[in-house]
Amino acid sequence: MTESVDQPTHLSKVKHIVLVLSGKGGVGKSTVTTELALSLVEEGKRVGVLDIDLTGPSVPRMFGLENHQVHQASTGWVPVYTNESKSLAVMSLGFLLQNKDDAVVWRGPKKTAMIKQFLEDVAWGDIDYLLIDTPPGTSDEHIAVVENLRDYNPDGAVIVTTPQAVALADVRKELNFCHKTKIPILGVVENMSGFICPYCTECSDIFSKGGGEAMAKEFNVDFLGRVPIDPTLTALIEAEGGTFSTRFTQSGIYPIFKDITKMVMSKCGDIS
Amino acid sequence: MAPTKEDVPADAPEHCPGTASDLAGKADSCAGCPNQQACATGPKGPDPSIPLINERMADVKHKILVLSGKGGVGKSTFTTNLAFALSFDDSVQVGIMDIDITGPSMPKMTGLEGETIHQSNTGWSPVYVSDNLGVMSVGFMLQNADDAVIWRGPKKNGIIKQFLKDVDWGALDYLVVDTPPGTSDEHLSAVQYLKESGITGAVLVTTPQEMSLQDVRKEISFCRKVGVPIIGVVENMAGFVCPGCHKESVIFAPNTGGARKMAEDMKIPFLGSIPLDPRIGKSCDLGESFLDIYTDSPAHKAYMDVIDKIRSYVDGRS
Ligand SMILES: Nc1ncnc2c1ncn2[C@@H]1O[C@H](COP(=O)(O)OP(=O)(O)O)[C@@H](O)[C@H]1O
Ligand SMILES: Nc1ncnc2c1ncn2[C@@H]1O[C@H](COP(=O)(O)OP(=O)(O)O)[C@@H](O)[C@H]1O
Ligand code: SF4
Ligand SMILES: [Mg+2]
Ligand SMILES: [Mg+2]
Repeated sequence: MTESVDQPTHLSKVKHIVLVLSGKGGVGKSTVTTELALSLVEEGKRVGVLDIDLTGPSVPRMFGLENHQVHQASTGWVPVYTNESKSLAVMSLGFLLQNKDDAVVWRGPKKTAMIKQFLEDVAWGDIDYLLIDTPPGTSDEHIAVVENLRDYNPDGAVIVTTPQAVALADVRKELNFCHKTKIPILGVVENMSGFICPYCTECSDIFSKGGGEAMAKEFNVDFLGRVPIDPTLTALIEAEGGTFSTRFTQSGIYPIFKDITKMVMSKCGDIS
Repeated sequence: MAPTKEDVPADAPEHCPGTASDLAGKADSCAGCPNQQACATGPKGPDPSIPLINERMADVKHKILVLSGKGGVGKSTFTTNLAFALSFDDSVQVGIMDIDITGPSMPKMTGLEGETIHQSNTGWSPVYVSDNLGVMSVGFMLQNADDAVIWRGPKKNGIIKQFLKDVDWGALDYLVVDTPPGTSDEHLSAVQYLKESGITGAVLVTTPQEMSLQDVRKEISFCRKVGVPIIGVVENMAGFVCPGCHKESVIFAPNTGGARKMAEDMKIPFLGSIPLDPRIGKSCDLGESFLDIYTDSPAHKAYMDVIDKIRSYVDGRS
């Protein structure tokens, strides 16, 4: 069933929809989603973050929102807001679990149904950007999100990778997934690229370097930037009480994200 | 007839009548169950593939699953090193089964990229790294290594079933199974298909920070729910020693006590900590055996200690 044009849905009020994708796990999709969201808020945007990693939802912890609950209103599910001004709204299956250690042991059809419900029923309000954090791979969740967004013309996908060949091999599959499903690629972020030893400032490439940029060139897509390994980042994210949300703009990688965010905005046609 | 454990899938609601029952897919409790359609329309009775799988698996002594809730923590790297280390003994036959269908890493990590699977009258032949180390992966079945495998659950389950039923592993001492992150179709299927022939146990891999530990706790609750014994947890990427000045940095801060404390809290064995070493990543990218080449690395000793513990767990059970 398709929605009739004159009946606005929650998503039809969202100006820009951006997916954060990667074939590989642990490359920093959830971190990049969070950093993009916080940077967009700094640019004065109203942002929603939807976490469709159902079996490993990281987004509540990223924003320091663990133990928060979503509420049901007549308009739909009310997302969790990170602050009073309600400029950043978050929705994740993590908010719906009774016990956060419970395994969500769901096969594909149940995951597909949940994602459909997330996309239809969350009352985002008038937001400028909806960022969608995804699990690794190209399976049920990805097919579901692409199918359910078809009528809303998503702006495209930010692809996250780390520099190793093992990660790139999977990310190349994700690029092909985007081509096949006609999701535009906004660009590639190379995360965990190089590490500067704090004692001797010799840059040591724990996970090597440059692979993401080379892949972007090869696939003829934009390269959005390189984010180094920052050991203070995990400490910042992991500190209790949502310090990441409030202190991200003071971190060393914020300037990098400011640039990445501007590029993403301009690719979405959103430059004043 | 009361449903037996075998025909209640792990994702079924509490009062599932059992997939082999006449009421399957039609009982009140079936409403909303993800399997409802399959149960209502599918043939009743036990899955005919299970006896075939059991027959193949009768020749496999130990089956070890490598699991983690989180991606990128080093499951595939650990699988590779474990399998290589076990195969150092020429008299031990080892197989690797890669059930990460949409992101298979085994062909690259074992140096077998570009190889294809051969079919014979006894089934599919694995691709061999050496005489006593065979590998099976969807990666060997793609026309082009970059092709996306855009498959939903049932298709993934189908190929896992085939890997267990149709691959001619021969007699194996160890079958090491590399899995994708999470707790979904692949995990449920592997457990379901191997239930009768028996899984020796699962090795859980995690990095030290809470972001990964929170997903491993989910994996532990999964193992307990479906009855897979836990051999223990391995902490990977713990600390980095700068090759320039030899001082150590913590990259993924164990702010909630790391894997050791999590293991204590959850009452599962802690198998050891493996440091970050750029040569591990490099070996994976080049498809070389890290443990063969870099015998002087602190990570080498850490790996071997963990692997010894796994060996003694397995020996203690047989
Ligand atoms: N640039 C970085 N420097 C240091 N740690 C990072 C960086 N990016 C991500 N991380 C850490 O790596 C882990 C994996 O990142 P995450 O965003 O959860 O990956 P994914 O969502 O792709 O699985 C997290 O614990 C995160 O804090
Ligand atoms: N101890 C380590 N030191 C350095 N790099 C590592 C280490 N363990 C894993 N890696 C690298 O990290 C990346 C992710 O590991 P991988 O085994 O693919 O994770 P998973 O299978 O859990 O997704 C790979 O590029 C791998 O080579
Ligand atoms: S649909 Fe099948 S699996 Fe689900 S409750 Fe009914 S019989 Fe059990
Ligand atoms: Mg994530
Ligand atoms: Mg893997």
